Amino acid sequence: MIALLALAGTFALAPAVAHASPAPVAAGAAPAAVVASASRATARIVASDMTPQPQTPPRVAVPNVPGARHGHVDTMKVGAELYAEHCISCHGATLHGTGDGPSLIGAGTAAADFMLSTGRMPIEVPYTEEQPGPPSFPPEQIAALVAYVGTHGAGNGPPIPRVAPSGDIVRGRAIFEENCQQCHGAVGTGAVAGFGWIAPPLPIATNVQVAEAVRFGPGIMPRFDEHAISPRDLDALVAYVQTLHHPQDPGGWSVEASGPVGEGLIAFVVGLGVTILVMRLVGETVKQEQKSEL
Amino acid sequence: MIRRLVRALDDRLGAAPFLRHALHKAFPDHWSFMLGEVAAYCFIFILLSGTYLTFFFHPSLQQTVYHGAGVPSLDGRVVSDAYASVLDLSFQTQAGLLIRQAHHWCANLFAAAIIVHMSRVFFTGAFRKPREINWFVGLTLLLLVMADGFSGYSLPDDALSGAGLRIAYSIAIGIPFIGDWIASLIFGGRFPSPAFEGRLYALHILFIPLALAGLITVHVMILWHQKHTQFPTPGKRENNVRGSPLWPTYAVRSTALMMATFGVLLLLGGLVEINPIWNYGPYDPWTVASPAQPDWYVGWLDGSLRLGPRWAIYFPHHAISTLFWPAVVLPLTFFAILYAWPWIERRLQRDDRYHELLQFPWQNPLRTSFGVAALTFAGILLAAGSDDVQARLLSVPVQSLAWVYRIALWTVPWICAAIAWRICIELQARHAYKDEHPERLVLVRSAQGGYEEGPRLSTE
Repeated sequence: MIALLALAGTFALAPAVAHASPAPVAAGAAPAAVVASASRATARIVASDMTPQPQTPPRVAVPNVPGARHGHVDTMKVGAELYAEHCISCHGATLHGTGDGPSLIGAGTAAADFMLSTGRMPIEVPYTEEQPGPPSFPPEQIAALVAYVGTHGAGNGPPIPRVAPSGDIVRGRAIFEENCQQCHGAVGTGAVAGFGWIAPPLPIATNVQVAEAVRFGPGIMPRFDEHAISPRDLDALVAYVQTLHHPQDPGGWSVEASGPVGEGLIAFVVGLGVTILVMRLVGETVKQEQKSEL
Repeated sequence: MIRRLVRALDDRLGAAPFLRHALHKAFPDHWSFMLGEVAAYCFIFILLSGTYLTFFFHPSLQQTVYHGAGVPSLDGRVVSDAYASVLDLSFQTQAGLLIRQAHHWCANLFAAAIIVHMSRVFFTGAFRKPREINWFVGLTLLLLVMADGFSGYSLPDDALSGAGLRIAYSIAIGIPFIGDWIASLIFGGRFPSPAFEGRLYALHILFIPLALAGLITVHVMILWHQKHTQFPTPGKRENNVRGSPLWPTYAVRSTALMMATFGVLLLLGGLVEINPIWNYGPYDPWTVASPAQPDWYVGWLDGSLRLGPRWAIYFPHHAISTLFWPAVVLPLTFFAILYAWPWIERRLQRDDRYHELLQFPWQNPLRTSFGVAALTFAGILLAAGSDDVQARLLSVPVQSLAWVYRIALWTVPWICAAIAWRICIELQARHAYKDEHPERLVLVRSAQGGYEEGPRLSTE
């Protein structure tokens, strides 16, 4: 079984690696060394070439093996290979970072899982704001990568939080109002956070992703440790954010939850539009007045 | 039936001569003269819907525990009585949400109708002698509607409007020398004092509506006395008034417009959500959400604050805050110029005559250019009030966008004014050509080979 797993990993990697270098690399050889020894430009190309298209994520042949839980050694191996392929060019072979990317030492598995599972990593252009999107890897590969960086120095940071999304939404709302709506908006639609940063809309995130972001603070978001938001409060918060996925809008169409901006537009376009239309119907124009005089 | 009613009134009040005169009063046929009527019907609607809301609203900041099926995420939360009563009237009262939303839509339409009406009055020169007083009254009405709208949407004590009140308080205390007194008069102490809800309520439902009702009466009585202006089309002179009689023609038209106004407000109230305070949450002085904008008629002031310079001036025992320039000096100057415009124009164009006939905008390039510049200026301020929303849509840093607006504010109005001026001059030239070549003569050849004069065609 172990052999099968290693072989499967190799098959998944083989086409991409073959694409980058003419000589196919054997499964046992360390791809890390290959990429690391290549020039930085090559490494960049390799990284971007190998970034799979979101629509068709490359599948390692481990789908029937549920992620990292199967066997520590094999997971580490898959993780190491994925890291060498997709991460090493910016974060470096020892996870200490390079000129193109920050160190991952002490970053925490919450950060790794969040960045990978929300599609923010791997990134095309270093040091730009990571954009959320479909993840580039299937869950098993993400688990393997997270396990790998977790054991190689990132593990001292915040771990992936456990959330029980059955928390008290009234408590959760109060926490949200005090800590989150300042940037993410009253109903989590997202907003600008200043200096080019965007606080993203929350309904695109899963419960675990919301909890991870709270714990490690991506980008300019503050990090809230367990003293700031207790695990129980985090459950409540996540439960409340969950309710924002299905806005109630008892008043009708919410104009995309745009607040007074959308309301003002509607007042002009619909309110004034309809009344002016009626005025035009019952009143006359200058041309009509002139005609009636002739 | 009308006749019988008039006779009955005449028997008792001797009102027949007045009514006969009134029912035959000529109203202009041009559609744009009805813009002001939409504002008047908005006032009626806002009074009626507002009265219904007062039955259920509690203007109190007493803390209470909210229990209601309307908002599960607030069930059991300690909120103010005002906030809880607005939630209850929205979710527990018959037609409460419909009326509340229609009331709020009405405020938005009210201000919009006034501004479009004033634009019509301005660009056609209807404010000229002898109608300057009604221009002043109209501008005051606009300011009162803005104040009433602001005090109204601040009443529910929700997080969004609370942030707006905090800004208003900061502006008030930022006024040099008298700011503290003004702020404590309106807010009843340091913000957020428990007194301001009651004061705001008194302003919103008593003082400002009374002032509005009084000034609207003055506005209409002056209009009635001075009669309407009219466009300089054939048959209209400085000393006549042409149009349709109030009864029956104009009354039917105007009723149709009233029904349309009420109809669109109730439809919006029923179908489109406005000011969802259950989303904004109760107000706590330490919370604020983003994006946060005021209603559009206050939005230009928010824009002015966002673009304003950081000029704080410190004296030994006093300071002039940064808010003073964008939130006090700029709007006061802007409105002072608008109030003074009839006088400015009289002086600049040395025109002291009476005017019963209007001008088309192209006939007065100076006025049209100024009006375009003023509207552009206010429009840029309004747009800057939602710069954060636009920055997100355009994926640009909000600070860069603010600088674009800062530069645009002092340049684009000049450009627009120049373009308006040019268009006016071109239109004048075209009309001058038409005046020189009034008609084309058409010769018609008869079957016998002779020529006869045919119909005369205009140059258009």
